[in-house]
Amino acid sequence: MAEIVKTQMISVAPAPSWQAYAAPLLGWLVPGAGHFLLQRWVRGALIMLSVIAMFFLGVAMQGKIYVANTGDVLDMLGFVGDLGSGGLYLLSLIKDWGRGEIHLATADYGTKYIIVSGLLNVISAVDAHHIAIGKKP
Amino acid sequence: MTIQLSHFSAAMVFAFFASIVFGITQKNNQREMVRYGLYCFAMFLVGVLAAGWFMALLRHFAR
Repeated sequence: MAEIVKTQMISVAPAPSWQAYAAPLLGWLVPGAGHFLLQRWVRGALIMLSVIAMFFLGVAMQGKIYVANTGDVLDMLGFVGDLGSGGLYLLSLIKDWGRGEIHLATADYGTKYIIVSGLLNVISAVDAHHIAIGKKP
Repeated sequence: MTIQLSHFSAAMVFAFFASIVFGITQKNNQREMVRYGLYCFAMFLVGVLAAGWFMALLRHFAR
């Protein structure tokens, strides 16, 4: 009896496919792409629209983009949040966006938009992983 | 290009996009996703209005 239970327990846990790793990685790099890989077209498109729109609105509002630093704790957390944007963050470094115009009142909103777009992108990448391993339909 | 939004419109645009992602990622079927997205947006809106009124009253009575 114990052997039957053991055999059944082993058989219900299949090894995760390559998509379980590729989907979150791709989703982090390009917002929504992880869902596209798993053929969740509408969800992917909405995530892509939301994350990219928030990021570029933040840049247009003269928000600051943090770089790797060992200064203030909030600056380090800001960098972690920004890094969540993946490819968008790398693009912003290449294009030298997000210098942060502190004389504009809306620049602080822009900074928050950019950080939150990164955090939402991380949530979306984790969601793509959950879909890939079958935890979510 | 520079965009300057008011406090309220900035909060509402933020709430709109964040609610979409919350709805998609936190629920399992389409109906629940839409309902949760709308719920999040409504909570953002209520929170913004409540915080706005709180600060306005604080300013009024703290003079």
